[in-house]
Amino acid sequence: MMGVIAGRELRGLLWSPLAWTLLAVVQAWVAWIFLILLDEFGALQGRLVGLEHAPGVTDLVAAPLFRVAAWCLLILTPLLTMRLFSEERRNRTLDLLLSSPVTITSMVLGKYLAVLVFLLGLNVLVALMPLSLAAGATLDFGKLAAGVLGLSLLAMSFTAVGLYFSTLTAQPAVAAVATLGLLLFLSVIDAASIGRQGAGELFRYLSLFRHYDALLLGLFDSADVAYYLLLSVAFLGLAIRRLHDGRLRD
Amino acid sequence: MSDDLLVRVEGLSRRYGEQRVVDDLSFNLAKGQILGFLGPNGAGKSTALRMLAGVLAPDAGRIVIDGHDLLDEPRRAKQAIGYLPERPPLYQELTVDEQLQYSARLHGLGRAAARSGVARVKERCGLTGVGKRLNANLSKGYQQRVGIAQAILHDPPAIFLDEPTVGLDPLQVQEIRTLIGELKADHGVILSTHLLVEVQATCTDVHIIKAGRSVYASPLALLEQHRASGCLRVGLRAPPPPAALRQLAGVERVEELGQGRFRLHHAPEVILHRAVLEQSRARNWDLWELVPERADLERIFVELMLAERSVE
Repeated sequence: MMGVIAGRELRGLLWSPLAWTLLAVVQAWVAWIFLILLDEFGALQGRLVGLEHAPGVTDLVAAPLFRVAAWCLLILTPLLTMRLFSEERRNRTLDLLLSSPVTITSMVLGKYLAVLVFLLGLNVLVALMPLSLAAGATLDFGKLAAGVLGLSLLAMSFTAVGLYFSTLTAQPAVAAVATLGLLLFLSVIDAASIGRQGAGELFRYLSLFRHYDALLLGLFDSADVAYYLLLSVAFLGLAIRRLHDGRLRD
Repeated sequence: MSDDLLVRVEGLSRRYGEQRVVDDLSFNLAKGQILGFLGPNGAGKSTALRMLAGVLAPDAGRIVIDGHDLLDEPRRAKQAIGYLPERPPLYQELTVDEQLQYSARLHGLGRAAARSGVARVKERCGLTGVGKRLNANLSKGYQQRVGIAQAILHDPPAIFLDEPTVGLDPLQVQEIRTLIGELKADHGVILSTHLLVEVQATCTDVHIIKAGRSVYASPLALLEQHRASGCLRVGLRAPPPPAALRQLAGVERVEELGQGRFRLHHAPEVILHRAVLEQSRARNWDLWELVPERADLERIFVELMLAERSVE
């Protein structure tokens, strides 16, 4: 059942011009940054020769590129997730799902997977750019893999947050704005905590990109991975809860 | 009879805030029955059907569908349900074929079974020519048909239709009624409507619903028997004691309605109005109203609704 819902959702996504436009815009934007980074690296290369532990092409091109891609994801994901449940609610098609022998968990996971598959495809396209450098340079594949993992974890959490907000309202735009708001908030939550103890520690842990940055440096810490998994599970759980409650409320 | 029992509902209740929308509703539905929920708009018919379909959770009560409790075994129970909500749940961006295929798969049909099922219901609901058209471009009548096709696609024993003929032209209404009549053979159907004719045309049983309560329940066949007896409503400005009216030839019973009005029950073959006219002139009862009535659904409906209104 989950597969049926995921398949339908993914097909809907691939038929819509929105998804392809987003894909094209992100590709163009990331490719432009990639070329700029490459250019800068070329200018720097001469000075790096002879330095001990000099940062390589992976650190100077791939890592910043992934950082840019992460921001693209943050802005793009709400646009992909906003329709997931809000449109079902608005068109009253949610009744079809709720009256069919499909559990709410399967509905949520099916839709989640569909968006995730699309975003993972986008991540692969992004990763191909630094990978193409392997033709002429030595890449640190470990760091590259950590970067791709980080980007995928971000995609998972962003999608979960967006899916939750789409269960709250019948207006896709409201869901998108709310998702964007929360994601932006989580990405700057640690800004005021620099140099402070106690609560500052908590805010630093909650910060979206801190764990991602660690991965980009090639530091694989299961605590960082757990953060994104927890965030995803929490918001998917909230979405399931919300849909259950919806049957009680409206 | 109990082998054919498809739906058992006990004490179903639901409130929105302080308002009781459905209040202690109980009934059974067996194979071969078409049960009509009849009531004015806002009586709680749709809410009741939404609960039966598992879309809305009840506050209290039990719903057993084809032997499975809707709350304890929702998947099995829902497998046995076909539901058409007030607005047919169609994805605007899908074609009719895609919509039906998706719905079939949602209800657990395999790919091949879904395809043959879709072909079958399209035939049955008169959709063969429109398979490639987008739902968004269909007329209201066709959308309704797709909604009904979707509800019977997986061949569920229990079918719930919320206002199935609203917004259709008379010819389409006739087609849908015929279709519902055909479904009776191997399904149990519940339909909601605010139209009396709808119930009289299609249903075997009727529940009149008022403010969430079932205020009248009867098989239609029983009503037909009632219809065999006739009624005459008379209004007199100078009414005699009811006993005088009782003495008129052919009157079986006199019902006093107040304000000089009486309902005279008589055998169907008796023609009473001539006697009333003559007596009224002879004894100066000053007749001002003389209305033949039938003990049919319409009168019961109107009486129930008026009675409740005057109480309010």
